[in-house]
Amino acid sequence: MSAFVIRRLLQAFLVMALMSVIVFFGVNVIGDPVYMLVSPDADQAELEAAIARLGLDRPIWEQYLLFLQGALRGDLGNSFIFGEPALKLIFHHMPATLELAFSALFLSVVIGIPLGLYAGLYPDNPISKGIMAGSILGFSLPTFWVGLMLIMVFAVELGWLPSTGRGDTATFLGIESSLFTADGLSHLFLPALNLALLKISLAVRLTRAGVREAMGQDYVKFARAKGLSTRRIIFVHVLKNIMIPVVTVMGLEFGSLIGFSVVTETIFAWPGMGKLLIDAILQLDRPVVVAYLMIIVLFFVIINLIVDILYSILDPRVRLQDQGA
Amino acid sequence: MTAVLEVEGLKTHFFTRAGVVKAVDGVDFSVAKGEVMGLVGESGSGKSITGFSILGLIDPPGRIVEGAIRFNGEDIAGASEERLKTLRGNRIAMIFQDPMMTLNPVLRIDTQMIEAILAHEKVDKREAWERSRDALGLVGIPSPEERLQAYPHQLSGGMRQRVAIATAFLNRPDLIIADEPTTALDVTIQAQIIHEAQKLTRQTGTAMIWITHDLAVVAGLADRISVMYAGRIVEQGETDLVIDHPLHPYTVGLLGSVPSANKRGERLYQIEGMTPNMLDLPEGCAFAPRCRWATDACTPPPGVQTVDGRQIRCVHPRREGVTA
Amino acid sequence: MTDISADTATVDETAKVETPFQRFRSEFFESWIATGALFLLGLIIILALLAPYITPQNPYDLGQVDVLDGRLPPGSEAFTGYTMWLGSDGSGRDLYSAILYGLRISLAVGVASGMIALVVGMAVGLVAAYAGGRVENVIMRLVDLQLSFPASLVALMLVAILGKGIENIILALVVAQWAYYARTVRGTALVERRKEYVEAAQCLGLSRTRVVFRHILPNCLAPLIVVGTVQTAHAISLEATLSFLGVGLPQTEPSLGVLIANGFEYMLSGRYWISVFPGIALLLTVVSINLVGDHLRDVLNPRLKK
Repeated sequence: MSAFVIRRLLQAFLVMALMSVIVFFGVNVIGDPVYMLVSPDADQAELEAAIARLGLDRPIWEQYLLFLQGALRGDLGNSFIFGEPALKLIFHHMPATLELAFSALFLSVVIGIPLGLYAGLYPDNPISKGIMAGSILGFSLPTFWVGLMLIMVFAVELGWLPSTGRGDTATFLGIESSLFTADGLSHLFLPALNLALLKISLAVRLTRAGVREAMGQDYVKFARAKGLSTRRIIFVHVLKNIMIPVVTVMGLEFGSLIGFSVVTETIFAWPGMGKLLIDAILQLDRPVVVAYLMIIVLFFVIINLIVDILYSILDPRVRLQDQGA
Repeated sequence: MTAVLEVEGLKTHFFTRAGVVKAVDGVDFSVAKGEVMGLVGESGSGKSITGFSILGLIDPPGRIVEGAIRFNGEDIAGASEERLKTLRGNRIAMIFQDPMMTLNPVLRIDTQMIEAILAHEKVDKREAWERSRDALGLVGIPSPEERLQAYPHQLSGGMRQRVAIATAFLNRPDLIIADEPTTALDVTIQAQIIHEAQKLTRQTGTAMIWITHDLAVVAGLADRISVMYAGRIVEQGETDLVIDHPLHPYTVGLLGSVPSANKRGERLYQIEGMTPNMLDLPEGCAFAPRCRWATDACTPPPGVQTVDGRQIRCVHPRREGVTA
Repeated sequence: MTDISADTATVDETAKVETPFQRFRSEFFESWIATGALFLLGLIIILALLAPYITPQNPYDLGQVDVLDGRLPPGSEAFTGYTMWLGSDGSGRDLYSAILYGLRISLAVGVASGMIALVVGMAVGLVAAYAGGRVENVIMRLVDLQLSFPASLVALMLVAILGKGIENIILALVVAQWAYYARTVRGTALVERRKEYVEAAQCLGLSRTRVVFRHILPNCLAPLIVVGTVQTAHAISLEATLSFLGVGLPQTEPSLGVLIANGFEYMLSGRYWISVFPGIALLLTVVSINLVGDHLRDVLNPRLKK
């Protein structure tokens, strides 16, 4: 088990190193690094100072090492707009994004899995066919468009829920979140639902396919032949088997939820790091862009790592294979 | 002897888009307490469907359309799902063909055995665990306490089938339906499993239906043999009689195609033709197109007649025995 | 398309043998939904192609647009005399005209990036399958690495680095999507390479290049078509998303996404049509391509056939 974790950790470091090279060369070689990293209103003296500070007169590999050194110290430059360290800005906006992504993941699991379970158990039922048609639609509709429609219907026409902002937050167990106030929840619901829609469709499809496959397996017939209750067969024998692929995929999707939150946060003016990124791109605040990219890559690497480990815990076969290897 | 199970005129049909498949089409037999009946036939002959019909485990598009299944005198052919659940795994247990597939890969052996007890009896977990351990010991599994903690993939195929057999015997059922339980195993392990099963039925007085395509397997195990062809039992009788003096041409063919020491050097007999298309069965005897003794008399479906202590469905019984 | 069907028609007259294409056609049109989607998609493409001839105004010719016509609700009459059935946007453009012109840009970007990604991905996938060994290993690791990030995020990261503009968007979409094609081609090529006819062709002394192009590539076509349709829909939707966020196409290349973004500010004041109608056009395009692709997958997948 520990050998497995160590190997995966090494792989993760390798990916991070590779991505740092790509982001670095993306910013410094494809683009003009001075233009990318220095405020456009800087004068000649400032420009030269910056070139010296960034070491742009040195060979490219030395520049990369400097960049890496800064990154390892947690220094990715200061925001042009706010004058604060870019990483600090990102971390400041991160809780709002995580809150949104977790809420969306929660919604997609609690809505998607039961719907998929129903559609898988009764495939010929008209309700199941409706669920599946809905999931195709959920896959095809662009997220930003659904967000617009949610705002138009629930905020503008019906006036039931607020359309922008995060609302009141409260602190509970040291975590500040809108999950703990009624106003915060009402602000959270539409963006979370918007972000979750694609993942709900995914959860429905995965669960349905898994249930359909498991129901035809001999172990389900054997469980029925043992006289077990339908509930135990579905919730223990079937669900435990399909939870492995579903959990894996949904976990992997957490990263894409954070990525997609860029869209949702922009539409609902949700003050998370996705909106920060778009604002930074529009205002040419490049240190923030670079910091965001590095953080999001780190996120993905960590998520892949966690899912791998989780997978090995959930599926005894993976664990054993690794011990044998 | 009292009959544990009496099946009368059982018909299980599958209503597929391509047409009605009469997988089981009028099957009669009975099994007495402590008796082992071999149900023999090619794949697709309806033998497994017969087994599943008894447990009420036929899924749409299939259903039991006719007939009675009397278990200890109670007709369970149309019984409610609730009633059937109290019987399944409790009074009637089943063992499946592929031990790789029948145990749930993500649940430990103890979970899968204990749940079979708790589904039918209100006992505490500790007692259920002890009974599971003892059952594993009975089927010859060494250090059963450790095995209970294992996941299925950590056990060999033979070991898994022993677990399945132990699970079937957990609640001391009156009847066990074993659906080709040794087909997927090595020959040496096959023999061990047959031996364990035989021993257990003797000890517990449990009746057993042993479904197989291999006459050699049931020859040494079963008290009686029923031979199925295309959804019907074509010959039924004491094992010795059926094996030594088969009457139905299909049984004659089946026995002729079993290789054995005393036929060394001879050419193995082959039944001509193909297994029938279940969607398009011939009007009369389903075996007639492949039968060398078939005549016009075979066209109306032959009824059951008793010849030499056996029930057969044939108008040309082979009294002379094997002539092939 | 028309050439092929003409061909099969002549075959049909001489001998009643069903060609693979005919079987594919009859199987495809078995589904009402897919047939409808294909019809709709054809209509959308024709409307986009004919846009300059069937719209009352060129919305980007300043001489034809009057700001006084701005934000008119659907069905209003414009100063220039014609009826604006879908209303007008903030600068007085007829929305029907703007949507058809936007559709041209959206389709062009989606199809162009899809095609380039297909060619690049196919080449990389074939090289991987053809070279094998270490080269294949490195390429596939790279593909796996990229596929562990969602395509939308890769595209967003690229436009963040590259900046706005139509070439940059196409480049970003290509980079975001090539890996899907590479994986598909390499997977199919691996399966085909193991088949006997490839061995037979090699035994006949045919060159490896010939084996790849004459034998392996044609067999990759079916999965490539399926991945291609779905990815093109994805590219269109992705471009619209980026443009909506303001990091995609500039105002001078007003795709559907740009139109929707422009209408967003009016939405909260109840002028829904400026965003909603371009949105519906986008929706119909993406959904119809997806439905066609979904059904193509069922029809072309040999495993699903009996």
